[in-house]
Amino acid sequence: MNHPTSDTIAIAGSSAFATGPRRAASAARRRHAAVLPGFGASAAITSLVVLSLIVFPLAVLILRAASLGPAGFLEAAWTPRSRAAYAVSLSASLLAAATSSLLGLLVAWVLARIEFPGRRLLDALVDVPLALPTAVAGLVYSALYVKKGWLGQWLVPLGIQGAYSYLGIVLVLVFVSLPFAIRVVQPVIESLDRDTEEAARILGASRMQTFLRVVLPAILPAVVTGFALSLARALGEYGSVVFISGNMPFKTEIAPVLIVARLEEFAYAEATTVAVLLLAMSIALLVVVNSLQQRLARNAQ
Amino acid sequence: MPAKPPTTAASKPLAALLVAAACGVVGLLIVVPLVSVFYEAFSRGAKAWWEALAHDPDTRHAIWLSLTVAPVAVAINTVFGIAAAWLVARFRFPGRSLLISFFDVPFSVSPVVAGLALVLIFGRQGLLGPTLEWLDWKIIFSWPGLVLATTFVTLPLVVRELIPVMEAIGPDEEMAAVSLGASGWQVFWRVTLPNIRWALLHGVVLANARAMGEFGAVYVVSGHIAGATDTMPLRVEKLFQEYRQPASMAVASVLAGLALVTLVAKFVIERRLEAESRELEAARSLADSLDHKNVEGAVA
Repeated sequence: MNHPTSDTIAIAGSSAFATGPRRAASAARRRHAAVLPGFGASAAITSLVVLSLIVFPLAVLILRAASLGPAGFLEAAWTPRSRAAYAVSLSASLLAAATSSLLGLLVAWVLARIEFPGRRLLDALVDVPLALPTAVAGLVYSALYVKKGWLGQWLVPLGIQGAYSYLGIVLVLVFVSLPFAIRVVQPVIESLDRDTEEAARILGASRMQTFLRVVLPAILPAVVTGFALSLARALGEYGSVVFISGNMPFKTEIAPVLIVARLEEFAYAEATTVAVLLLAMSIALLVVVNSLQQRLARNAQ
Repeated sequence: MPAKPPTTAASKPLAALLVAAACGVVGLLIVVPLVSVFYEAFSRGAKAWWEALAHDPDTRHAIWLSLTVAPVAVAINTVFGIAAAWLVARFRFPGRSLLISFFDVPFSVSPVVAGLALVLIFGRQGLLGPTLEWLDWKIIFSWPGLVLATTFVTLPLVVRELIPVMEAIGPDEEMAAVSLGASGWQVFWRVTLPNIRWALLHGVVLANARAMGEFGAVYVVSGHIAGATDTMPLRVEKLFQEYRQPASMAVASVLAGLALVTLVAKFVIERRLEAESRELEAARSLADSLDHKNVEGAVA
């Protein structure tokens, strides 16, 4: 059974409550639901919160950036320092999301397919990054990878700088995004029909061929969804990166750190435009993730 | 019992290799950091740990502040989550799916961006800045701002837990209660709440963990006034910046302990949820088979 984790609850099949064939029946029942009370009250509370906490603040942010005009927007958003920050943010997030997807596929496969002592413990440990405050993660990672740290004492002599470096950014981003990559793929592997794999093996396909031709096409939508979720999470991450990256402009400064730096200098125009670009990327990813999840839900039925 | 795949015996070494690799990944990325928080925090003994927490008035205040901000944000989330899940799971109306996708927005927006948006509204240079100054209300660099930022980032957690559970349970029991003359409040307290209590608790536990640990959004709106607007995660950062690593680790270990308690609670609640989901399925299939028999009987 899969656990509904905090952020992957929306993903098809990951809920403890299976919908599927029930859906038609409950849709028929719902047609009579108009007699239930509380439409007005729940609509009032919901729209009050959504409008005041989500729509209004983001609209203010966008309007504030738009008020600069196209030329002013470009001037504020496209400085050498901000360009470097976008490059660091994007490349580190892509690298981290790719790493998380690969490692996540491995861990999801092991959890879904192999029975071994300690499997439930490993399964529970996967949720740690969702519950551990990001500030704690950043603090600990930086302590682990400095020269005197548990891991740094071996790595730094080899020339691998995990703390206050670009590598450090990628490391903490992998930490925060790993559960997303695992929890999307795991239920899909669990629901795979093993007969197809067996048939492929009996027909003479090698283990590698079976994986590449039979298994991979079936789980690829889930892996891509996990990648997109990891990327969205990594792009917006701030708490853990600020501890470990050293925040050197042009080198290890990510876009969210630049926003805070500009805000502290009261450079509202620059902070706002960088934020709007980051917001646009997040919303685009959200749209991609939603359509991928709908496809996953259709496949699951 | 499904037949064992023919590959099992031959792939034993491969399986062992994969398990070892997966344990290595989780061990290196998750277990080692987790263990080292507690190791570093207690490396000078429990007394030093306690003194770092209890004898520093700013740290004490940060703990107190986190304990007052998080419950308020979680309470707002609970009310919103129940209302929004009821609305979305029990009614059909235009704009419903757009509304559902808005619930996800706080997950994908960077917390820093959310904090900045709040500053642009409530800050001194913000949209409502002059009005707030005239009223002499302080939101940014103060407690209400911390609550608003924390509420924003935790907003999807409760509602996302409740929607699938409410949809799976369906409105039958509630409609029966209404047709028997129950008022809206009676339906909620006697029928809906008992049905969703474990899912609600699950959402509340997750929202609380996130609220206690939130950093980015809170960082932007707090102004980092030690002893005034520093929450526990912000205190961790400030101590780190002041090169007071042991004290920083001590506060971090409290947060990490809280995360572990959260995970244990989550594990227990999920087992309850799975049990109830199975009971629901069993009841449904029993009802279906009875329906079937009735239909057959009527035809005969």
